[in-house]
Amino acid sequence: MIREIERRSPPPQPSPASRERELAPRVTDIASNACHPLSREAGEGEGGGISRDSRAANLSDLLKLYDVELHSRLLLGTARYPSPAILKRAIAASKAEIVTVSLRREAGDSRAGEGFWRLIRETGARVLPNTAGCLTVKEAVTTAQMARELFATSWIKLEVIGDEDTLQPDPFGLVDAARILARDGFDVFPYMTEDLVVAEKLVDAGCKVLMPWAAPIGSGRGLNNAFGLRALRVRFPDVPLVVDAGLGAPSHAAAALELGFDAVLLNTAVARAGDPVAMAGAFALAVAAGRSAYLAKPMTPRDLAEPSTPVLGRAFDLGAA
Amino acid sequence: MRIEVNGKAREVRSPTLALLLEELGLGDRHVATALNQEFVRAKDRDEKRLHEGDAVEIVSPRQGG
Repeated sequence: MIREIERRSPPPQPSPASRERELAPRVTDIASNACHPLSREAGEGEGGGISRDSRAANLSDLLKLYDVELHSRLLLGTARYPSPAILKRAIAASKAEIVTVSLRREAGDSRAGEGFWRLIRETGARVLPNTAGCLTVKEAVTTAQMARELFATSWIKLEVIGDEDTLQPDPFGLVDAARILARDGFDVFPYMTEDLVVAEKLVDAGCKVLMPWAAPIGSGRGLNNAFGLRALRVRFPDVPLVVDAGLGAPSHAAAALELGFDAVLLNTAVARAGDPVAMAGAFALAVAAGRSAYLAKPMTPRDLAEPSTPVLGRAFDLGAA
Repeated sequence: MRIEVNGKAREVRSPTLALLLEELGLGDRHVATALNQEFVRAKDRDEKRLHEGDAVEIVSPRQGG
């Protein structure tokens, strides 16, 4: 029993909330490594040895997308921010190494595209162009080809929208477009529903990353179908899975990472927050926490209570021998 | 010659896609192009001839999610 108490309560401050304290140093430390100046202080103030070990583990916990190794598991969209300056600061606060971009019709004399493209290049982030708004295979394929030249990358976030109210992907058009683009040398990141059969066909078409939605784009509803997402994770253990769209709060991102998803892609939740820069930092912490928790193997939920404090030796225990 | 540029009908005089970009003041812009929904590489614009009724798309980098 003494051994049990020691394991659950890290010295020098034993606490009744044993499980939370046990997890805290790892979470804050990994966060400090990648995210937020405040969390660095928290991590180093508590259990230095554990901190160093987990920091080393975090450095080797890389995300690999089409042979590109990344430290950050947060991909950030660049639309809908209050200003370009806030966008730039939000990208920095999020620690994202990949940002999504789009292409739109050149609007005469505005030169809006050039200023934006300069800003993105200054951040040093890798870009993932999208085919947002495309309704047909032809539109999506041509848009992807234009994006490849414009952004000088073979990466494409493939969107073929099938329903204008929910912006739900058209699974049939998506698979067709993915096959055409993969054959043409693209690295396709398909924006998809969490459908297992569609996922299988996308992998067959040549996709080496899958990006299921959590909820409709911009809805902020979080993981609408955690069961379906978990099934996808189990069915495709070796394919990088990125939850894309529908996240609203950092807790949603943490939940996705806890399920074993490799990364999250979000935009509106940061861009439309009251303070996008602070929210970008909050999401970075949540992603780090969720990943750390996944690697730490969360306990299995149960229906009935189980005492965390040892029962044996309780004072006033008249039943004990 | 009457063609569509980014969804709007307009009268132009340029015989090729490259010259059209010049005519529209976009010759030095970082843009990508398509003609009748087919991608046209930057290096092919000189050769790509325009015809009455063609639909040209000219796009540039923009914010996206």
